[in-house]
Amino acid sequence: MSRIVVSDIVKDWGGTRAVDRIGFVAEAGRLLVLLGPSGCGKSTTLRLIAGLEEATAGRIEIGGRDVTRLPPAERRIAMVFQSYALFPHLSVAENIVFGLRVRRVDAAERARRLKRVAELVGLAGLLERKPAQLSGGQRQRVALGRAIIAEAPVCLMDEPLSNLDAQLRHEMRSEIRALQRRIGMTMIYVTHDQTEAMTMADHVILMREGRIEQQGTPEDLYTRPASAFAARFLGTPPMNLIALDSVRPHLPPVASEGALLLGVRPERVTLVASGVPALVEAVEYLGADTVIQCRIADQPFAARVPGHAPVGVGDRVALAWDAAEQHLFRKDGGARVESAPPERTGKRPAANAR
Amino acid sequence: MKSFRPAIHGWLLLLPAAAFLALFTHYPAVATFWHSFFSTPKGNRPARFVGLMQYETMLDDPIFWIALGNNLVFAAATIPLSIVLAIVMALWVNEKIAGRGLLRLAYFTPTMLPMIAVANIWLFFYTPDYGLLDQIRGLFGLPAWNWLGSRDTALMCLIVVTVWKEAGFFMIFYLAALQQIPPDLGEAASIEGAGRWYFFRRVTFPLLMPTTLFVLINAVINAFRLVDHVVVMTRGGPDNTTSLLLFYIYEVGFKFWDIGYAASLTMVLLAVLGLVACLQFFYLDRRIHYQ
Ligand SMILES: Nc1ncnc2c1ncn2[C@@H]1O[C@H](COP(=O)(O)OP(=O)(O)OP(=O)(O)O)[C@@H](O)[C@H]1O
Ligand SMILES: [Mg+2]
Repeated sequence: MSRIVVSDIVKDWGGTRAVDRIGFVAEAGRLLVLLGPSGCGKSTTLRLIAGLEEATAGRIEIGGRDVTRLPPAERRIAMVFQSYALFPHLSVAENIVFGLRVRRVDAAERARRLKRVAELVGLAGLLERKPAQLSGGQRQRVALGRAIIAEAPVCLMDEPLSNLDAQLRHEMRSEIRALQRRIGMTMIYVTHDQTEAMTMADHVILMREGRIEQQGTPEDLYTRPASAFAARFLGTPPMNLIALDSVRPHLPPVASEGALLLGVRPERVTLVASGVPALVEAVEYLGADTVIQCRIADQPFAARVPGHAPVGVGDRVALAWDAAEQHLFRKDGGARVESAPPERTGKRPAANAR
Repeated sequence: MKSFRPAIHGWLLLLPAAAFLALFTHYPAVATFWHSFFSTPKGNRPARFVGLMQYETMLDDPIFWIALGNNLVFAAATIPLSIVLAIVMALWVNEKIAGRGLLRLAYFTPTMLPMIAVANIWLFFYTPDYGLLDQIRGLFGLPAWNWLGSRDTALMCLIVVTVWKEAGFFMIFYLAALQQIPPDLGEAASIEGAGRWYFFRRVTFPLLMPTTLFVLINAVINAFRLVDHVVVMTRGGPDNTTSLLLFYIYEVGFKFWDIGYAASLTMVLLAVLGLVACLQFFYLDRRIHYQ
């Protein structure tokens, strides 16, 4: 099947390096998400895989074939553009079968596939319309239809849902995921929306400034963020990060050297009778749960507690969390520090000390 | 009542332009139409109403038919040639190539030159013996050729000059239209495996159609309106082979001073142009995709 192997690719734009030695593997039939803030090089990476840009260095393999120097047409991929890239003068049907016409698929086969795809993406009644006569969500589905009718083993998507409203986005998310599973295609999906990444991905690649910050399953990234950046990027509200020293007196002893940040997910924090003292600044009631925005030693800290919380702005509360839910990061650089049990400090293997 | 005010505003704003248009375009057109039913005043004989007589004369006027035929050949050659050339040049200078700014300027230069200057440059090219063309022919040992003086080549020479001048002008419109086409369309097509020609045929050309209609109308009008080059280069000769409609009207009106006949010829020219414009607007317009 179509496994994608990207090894050490680099892309320079004049002086700036948009993609800096990135390497990863997208397993066949899986959905891989490229996640990261704006400008981190997600689109560039995707376009390198599609062949729309030429890599400065590195190697790209699709289905065991080295495609690094092949033009897009020979990479056997389909792509959904962020802008949809629909042909404005062609009807929905003609847009969808564009690639089949290029490849001279005969008319009967074309009609058969069009019918199936139109039903799949829910456009059966709109085939004669022009793109300008469609809503954003419908256009997006045309773009999707054009990508899947090719039955290419690989599908690349660049923020295909970024222009949709929350409701539609939610629907399309599960539609794309279901489709990808049904057809069994290898998909690389670019987004800067962590919810999309968490809900859809088999494997997430978190990028930052052209490099991979962390990769793994959504669960890996959520439960063991490799850096302060990764910790803040996933989860809503994002993980609390405060100076360890400011709360040390209230916690069981933590062995560590240097200045550290303590990270705790808001949803792991509970309100208790005695614990870390905090001042309530705002209370956001969300129905199923409540986000309490507090300050601990003048640093922002959020707690997400189930149901309705009996606190008001200005209250003094006490917060607590399980020691197992604590994450430690270096203050400079933000790298993760494993909190070793106290008795093992000082007995580190020599190899680590270098 | 309220909805009137913007309308009045609009009309007032349009009034100055409309007044000048009426004075210098609509009134002369109507006056010409009126004059075409009268004889030409001569000496002490004032113009008198002659009905369709001028038009009957025209039917029997061999030079009119020659001029009309020449003009049709001229239009049929210059319009497609200059449009095709304009598209090719626009596609070429729209690519990411080194020095494309210079190239664009180079293609546009003929358009910026005054008509008379253009005609003079080409007069030099066409000069027998010394002209550029004959010097090149000389290199191959071919004899001199009187390009503009020969019945076989005179009209063709005019056609070449016109295409040379018009293509650069039309190129600018195509270039502007090409830059309106989002680059991701080309990328989407290349992923689907469409070649350059296929993409041009299925996507670029249809998306250029509004521009083509505009250019086409301009090209048709220009083809029937050309007179400067004829005056400078051939004066309709040899043997009327380069006499175009407007040049013939000019000769009838201002050399033979047959005002009535010139007026009726003008009406025919206007009718031809009006007909073509209608065809283009009502037939082509419906088949064009506007963004
Ligand atoms: N054609 C280009 N020329 C020069 N620099 C570019 C070009 N395309 C992208 N870049 C730069 O490369 C970097 C990565 O851009 P890229 O489009 O990959 O970001 P992205 O992660 O997709 O961001 P977004 O989420 O905003 O789409 C950016 O700093 C951008 O300025
Ligand atoms: Mg992008």
